[in-house]
Amino acid sequence: MDLGILAQQVFNGVMLGVIYAMIAVGFSLFFGVLDIIKFSHGDVVTVGAFSSLGAVGIAGGLVALPPLLALGAGIAAAVAIGGLVGSLIGRFLILPLRQAPAVNVLLATLMAGTVLREAIRLGVPNGGNPKPFPGLLPAGSIRIGSFSVGYDSVIILCAGLALVLATHLLISRSRMGLAIRAVAQDGEVARLAGVDFQRVVLGTFALGSALAAFAGCMLGLYYREINFNMGVLLGVIGFASAVVGGLGSLLGPIIGGFLFAGVQTLVVVVLPFSSAYKDVIAFAAVIVLIGLFPTGLIAERRSERV
Amino acid sequence: MITRRRVLSLLSSAVLASAWVSAPAAAKDTVKIAFIGPLSGGNSAPGLGGRNSASLAVQQRNANANAKYNYELVAYDDECKPNVGIQVATKAASDNSIIAGVTHYCSAVGIATVDTYARFGLPVVVWGAILPEITYGNDYKEIHRVNGTMINEGKLAAEFLTKQGYKKFVMIHDTTDYGKGQFKYFSEYLKPAGGEILATFPVSPDQQDFTAELTKIKELKPDVIIVGGLTPLGVRLRSQMDRVGVQAQFAGVSGIMTAGYIEGAGAAAEGTISFHNGAPLSKYAEGQVFMDAYTKAGFREDPDAYGPFAYSAANLIMDAIEKVGPDRKKVKAELNGTKGYKALVGEINFDDHRQNIMSANVYVAQGGKWVYWPESDYAAGKKKLAKD
Repeated sequence: MDLGILAQQVFNGVMLGVIYAMIAVGFSLFFGVLDIIKFSHGDVVTVGAFSSLGAVGIAGGLVALPPLLALGAGIAAAVAIGGLVGSLIGRFLILPLRQAPAVNVLLATLMAGTVLREAIRLGVPNGGNPKPFPGLLPAGSIRIGSFSVGYDSVIILCAGLALVLATHLLISRSRMGLAIRAVAQDGEVARLAGVDFQRVVLGTFALGSALAAFAGCMLGLYYREINFNMGVLLGVIGFASAVVGGLGSLLGPIIGGFLFAGVQTLVVVVLPFSSAYKDVIAFAAVIVLIGLFPTGLIAERRSERV
Repeated sequence: MITRRRVLSLLSSAVLASAWVSAPAAAKDTVKIAFIGPLSGGNSAPGLGGRNSASLAVQQRNANANAKYNYELVAYDDECKPNVGIQVATKAASDNSIIAGVTHYCSAVGIATVDTYARFGLPVVVWGAILPEITYGNDYKEIHRVNGTMINEGKLAAEFLTKQGYKKFVMIHDTTDYGKGQFKYFSEYLKPAGGEILATFPVSPDQQDFTAELTKIKELKPDVIIVGGLTPLGVRLRSQMDRVGVQAQFAGVSGIMTAGYIEGAGAAAEGTISFHNGAPLSKYAEGQVFMDAYTKAGFREDPDAYGPFAYSAANLIMDAIEKVGPDRKKVKAELNGTKGYKALVGEINFDDHRQNIMSANVYVAQGGKWVYWPESDYAAGKKKLAKD
């Protein structure tokens, strides 16, 4: 295999990894603050993608916007609506069920995800069909030998990496992050110390969901096509990545995401013509890794469940 | 039965009597026909187009004063999923008031349900699924098909593409019976036509990301990437080809020849070649009449490429019922012997496996529409296909 093709495959893997990581981080954040698994997370990705598509369409219909402004509107809509949906799910579904068994929350959010998905399918005109996503980023590509990568891909990749880094800084440096970490360590003590528990929890849900919604917008820009059930498998992959990396930590799910994408890409490269099995092999790898590292590659620094 | 028959005869004499004294009354018996296709999900566009077309046939028949019965179309959604398909097929087939069915667009569903129809003795006419085994893989007298099979399409695809000067092919197909069948027939006819398959990628029909596969393909430098799958797969592959920078002609089986493909792939759809058993509406003698009636009926969705087949299948069934009455066995026997039936999609002749004899056509996506190849700018040389 020549170097250009190899570089291309590495790029493909990294790109997928960033998307998985952005979704996995949300799972980890929710688990961190409330010890719950929010299974509607994958569908929030879809909500983000469709919100930005809708915003771009509506804004473009009213005034002729330059692509960059339209993109801004799209991202703003994705982040706002995604964050709102996330905190609504947190407020009306998860907080009331806080004392209930974890299985109930799991089931409730799984159902909420189906509601979101079907709402998109039935509410959007021809919502069952794949929808084209406008190419709003500058066209053109960098070509070096057999390696070719669009400017838009590079921009999307950098934006994704920057956002993951920003989330890390927000959690580790800011006041809000301090509150999130306090609640994650011990909700009761944090409350005694004067942390507004509900605000922190809802803030965390808004943050994680906005991140997922942004990932949805990125997916649209990258694949130029979105559909109502794109979030299902992404949600499962995000969850698997978070568990492998270590639920509750921030770095863990990022590593998990890249690992999952790496395995998927590697299967296609090393075992050509068996690409139908790439998800089988990647998920099998997840099972093996969970067996070897039950608490994830990067375990929560202080386990509360001993 | 006797009492029912007596009631019927009483009714009909009553109808006659009333016709004598007043204007003809509409006291016809109602006969139910099932329509089954994907009404939701990624393949709902052809499904809804088929349902509307079959529904149009029923509406026209009911408006016809000479029809002996009043028809009712009962539509079921198979979601393009075999398990759901079997459920709704069983529901339709076990309902004795349903006399026959216009069934299935998705091959994976069409093949899964043949046993059900045979077991319950419900005569059906397949309107869109093209897997050969649906008719050729069994000897059920209940199963008929008005559209052609992927054997015709695969053969035409292999011959046409090699004639355009393409030699090296990569095929990506989904792992359902539909995709595997497409691969089988295309590769079978490609070799004698002088083409070569460099690689095959079987993929799951709902896979999202193909950048790794396409990068692999880029390395192989094929002339043509041919997809054996339905619209969602076609859209994803076509949009991601540009991203990875694969320079090849894109072609697909009739599963991608939908309005959804053009909408989904956007500008990248331009120049995609597809092969379809149906001819364009303008090529049918009654095509314009059908389209006018369809527009007038005010359906929200387009008839799509297989709509005329659903329309023809519904008419074929209703004509059989008119002739022999609403009895499954008699309707089956009548359908079995169909020869030289004049339908919207041309003459229908069933062979010994109740399969209509058809030849396929070539289409190209041009200016946001699927255009009949001989009438396209590409055939005229005004536009060029991808070649390096």
